[in-house]
Amino acid sequence: MENGNNDAYWKATLRLLAKVLVIWFLVSYGAGILFAPLLNNIHLGGYPLGFWFAQQGSIYVFVALIFYYAKKMGDIDREFDVHED
Amino acid sequence: MDLQTVTYLFVGASFALYIGIAYWARARSTSDFYVAGGGVHPVTNGMATAADWMSAASFISMAGLISNMGYGGSVFLMGWTGGYVLLAMLLAPYLRKFGKFTVPQFIGDRFYSNGARTVAVICLLVASITYVIGQMTGVGVAFSRFLGVSASTGIYVGMAIVFIYAVFGGMKGITYTQIAQYMVLIVAYTIPAIFISLNLTGNPIPQLGLGSDLTGTGTSLLTKLDMVVTDLGFNQYTTTPAGSMLNTFFYTVSLMIGTAGLPHVIVRFFTVPTVADARSSAGWALVFIAILYTTAPAVGAMAKINLHRTVNSAVQPGTDLFAPEASLKHEDRPDWMKRWEVTGLLKFEDKNKDGRIQYYNDKTTNPAVQANAKAAGWQGNELSVNPDIIVLANPEIALLPNWVIALVAAGGLAAALSTAAGLLLAISSSISHDLIKGVFVPGISEKKELLAGKISMAAAIVLAGYLGLNPPGFAAGTVALAFGIAASTIFPAIMMGIFSKKMNNTGAIAGMLAGLFVVLFYVFAHKGILFIKGTEYLGLVGGANGFFGITPEAFGTVGAMVNFAVAYLVSKVSAEAPVYIQQMVEGIRVPRGSSAATGGHA
Repeated sequence: MENGNNDAYWKATLRLLAKVLVIWFLVSYGAGILFAPLLNNIHLGGYPLGFWFAQQGSIYVFVALIFYYAKKMGDIDREFDVHED
Repeated sequence: MDLQTVTYLFVGASFALYIGIAYWARARSTSDFYVAGGGVHPVTNGMATAADWMSAASFISMAGLISNMGYGGSVFLMGWTGGYVLLAMLLAPYLRKFGKFTVPQFIGDRFYSNGARTVAVICLLVASITYVIGQMTGVGVAFSRFLGVSASTGIYVGMAIVFIYAVFGGMKGITYTQIAQYMVLIVAYTIPAIFISLNLTGNPIPQLGLGSDLTGTGTSLLTKLDMVVTDLGFNQYTTTPAGSMLNTFFYTVSLMIGTAGLPHVIVRFFTVPTVADARSSAGWALVFIAILYTTAPAVGAMAKINLHRTVNSAVQPGTDLFAPEASLKHEDRPDWMKRWEVTGLLKFEDKNKDGRIQYYNDKTTNPAVQANAKAAGWQGNELSVNPDIIVLANPEIALLPNWVIALVAAGGLAAALSTAAGLLLAISSSISHDLIKGVFVPGISEKKELLAGKISMAAAIVLAGYLGLNPPGFAAGTVALAFGIAASTIFPAIMMGIFSKKMNNTGAIAGMLAGLFVVLFYVFAHKGILFIKGTEYLGLVGGANGFFGITPEAFGTVGAMVNFAVAYLVSKVSAEAPVYIQQMVEGIRVPRGSSAATGGHA
């Protein structure tokens, strides 16, 4: 496998990683901590929204993020022809 | 059948199951022993990882911590789950591609240095041994509370069980018992939660119940809880953070990267067949963990309002909490309170001699609450509740049948034993594979290495049992240390090993040592040198939490930053990593060509 392809593959990987990390940061440190006081003015059923993100929502998003990442990485692997057999 | 008999039956049956699995899953090769032969299905591995990860603390203590801290407890929920996103993306797939048996082996090979490998072994041993002490004491506590035997008898029994499946089965035995242990612990955790949620909100799903109305009040459960606790002088439940915003931030980061850097969790991902499996397996692990972690806040909040409702009859109708007849008469208290009073985890002291239980925050600075309490003739809080009761007494509070209580006992033991086994494997493989084979006797045959692994495992179990029986005075503060060390040494070293091709041996070693040093320096400043009382040196760090108000528990984040910075600077002024290492890193980055993990240095 030539180096150019590997470099492009790694760049695509890092792009996906950055995207996932931004969402990871926003739901936990953003919605769950920094903006929690603000979001608590909104309610999700009986939950203040900031509190919900901190104790429920962020965890659900984390799960979704890992599966999204695994799926997208599979696509990238095949696109650059570096997938396992 | 009485409770004791049912509990013995349940715990006995679960132990018989673990031993049966151990017999079936004996380890015949080093590959079996270190990585379960490398053929574990990603969903199966996810389940085993969940049991490996969720310890006695997660099962017994976490809901109680959240119950006490309210919103502040979110640092544990986010910190101990968010780390899996990092693990899935930054570490697990690449370490799986690397295809070796242990974490120090990666660090040693990547940084072409037995010195780096040895530093990694030391960090691993300190983090894992401190962590395993807590599991052993957890086993003792569960035994003494539920089975009516002494804590030390409990620890001996626990050691014997772990011995059987960990020594003979290695990772293979541990993997399949962890799956059984996950089932036991998750059923034991969710059944009482479902009942208490149904009881309080009419919704059987605790995650939804927490966002529902408290039955018979027309007010949402959390709003009601906020009103009641603030009226009684406690902090508002849904908004009070754990320290400053900065500390909350650092604490969460520290727990997240500490989670991702704990070796006993990382090695679980060496057992799946492919790189793609390692990615999805982390997702499955978090699914299984999330079932407990999203239930815990519901259990915490519901148990809290239930307790207030039990001791103060004005809570439910929303009438005057300070009315004399609202407080529960001590002689009318429910049976479960009597039972837990015996253990000393629940204490009542009738300060104003009115025969009733007044439960409020007598240290409140809220003048209105102080005035109300004074007018009502309250002379101080009369009820103290150990947070561990929240999970342990939940089935009794919800009036569930004896078999549910027995199940909780088996669940607590499953949580402690599964984590202990994972830690013991990380400890023993770092000794037999990294120190014996890697550094001291490189020519050792596979058969002898397997034997060395089993002997190290047996020795590690005896050591863990000894420390569990004679817990050093510092045991309580040490889990924070385990996370701090994993966060400040192992996580950055692995990450730089993958994401920087040029990071070299001197940089990595200097970084790990610097990270380890600042964390130990700061923690010891607060808790004493090697946790010996009287040797604290708070003056040197500017007083308690002197570094921008960061608590020692949250300091792993600072340690990681120091590690990254030192490693970067040192690597800039020393020779960059040789070409063959840079090529190795390129190889790790692409999935193709992965093969089952092996111990060799091919």
